[in-house]
Amino acid sequence: MPAQVITITSGKGGVGKTTAVANIAVALAADKSKVVCIDGDIGLRNLDVILGLENRIVYDIVDVIEGRCRLKQAMIRDKKLPDLYLIPAAQTRDKNAVSASDMTRLIKDLRSDYDFVLIDSPAGIERGFRNAIAAADRVLVITNPEVSAVRDADRIIGILESEEKGPASLILNRLNPALVKSKDMLSPEDVLDLLAIELLGIVPEDENVIIASNRGAPVAYDMKSRAGQAFRNIAKRLKGETIPFLDLDAQGSLWERIQRLAGRK
Amino acid sequence: MSFFDRLFGKKHSADNAKERLQLVLIHDRTDLTPAELDSLRDDLIATISRHVAIDAQSVQIDVEHDGRSQRLVADIPLKAARRKTKKAR
Repeated sequence: MPAQVITITSGKGGVGKTTAVANIAVALAADKSKVVCIDGDIGLRNLDVILGLENRIVYDIVDVIEGRCRLKQAMIRDKKLPDLYLIPAAQTRDKNAVSASDMTRLIKDLRSDYDFVLIDSPAGIERGFRNAIAAADRVLVITNPEVSAVRDADRIIGILESEEKGPASLILNRLNPALVKSKDMLSPEDVLDLLAIELLGIVPEDENVIIASNRGAPVAYDMKSRAGQAFRNIAKRLKGETIPFLDLDAQGSLWERIQRLAGRK
Repeated sequence: MSFFDRLFGKKHSADNAKERLQLVLIHDRTDLTPAELDSLRDDLIATISRHVAIDAQSVQIDVEHDGRSQRLVADIPLKAARRKTKKAR
């Protein structure tokens, strides 16, 4: 079966695009899929450090496009997962080094050999974003439960609709269940009501995400982390499995907490 | 949010966020500013008044959304028509 090409975008910067790409890629590859992820943020590459592959880069995507190396030479194999590859962005060039047709051509060469191609879009609605969605079969919009991020997500969803790249699916990242409970954070229902698109996953705020990025080993490897579990669930949903959404009540009753501490839940 | 904020009827901040976003998104999606909506309202009142008497003070014009599609909803109360001929008593 040819690869599914999935772009992750957000409009606003800093909502967790790169973290999501890295984690979904790890979760898919750990679950027997062949995955290539592409850093679409030319000039501001970061997917390499989140995946812990920054020391292995020799060639980048612009080298492939400009013919200085073959595609395979720019594909960095993951340290742990043999079926996970990264095509890094160029760091010393700008987004004008790549065009939408370059991206489409490059991805065409990957389609037959892999199950998933994940593209990390840059923030914004300009050329880098347009390049990132050019070849996408499916677009995931990621946002935080916060006014500016939701507003930008809505803009992006509108653009995707007018470019006929919709309907997009939503990842709601960094949800703080305690704040939702005290009604000081938009709830998943609020965000879905505002954006009116399909929900793919909810990722709770989790300090393990920062620890994981410090180490260059995405949180999806961490079987105890709630964010890791959320990303693994998203990966399964992308494969067509029906997985219930995480129980958002992080604390639960005292009894549930004790059970969780005792490892029974 | 503190107990006292609640006591004095301060809204939960998530409700503020949702209400503010609802308005902002309508304007973002339609490219229609509140000022433009007001001028549209005035134009509508003027046009309709040429044909039928309306209660201009009570005209309500809103942009509502159904999923991702928007619709302009106008509620225009008509004034009771005055009889043109009065019966002589």
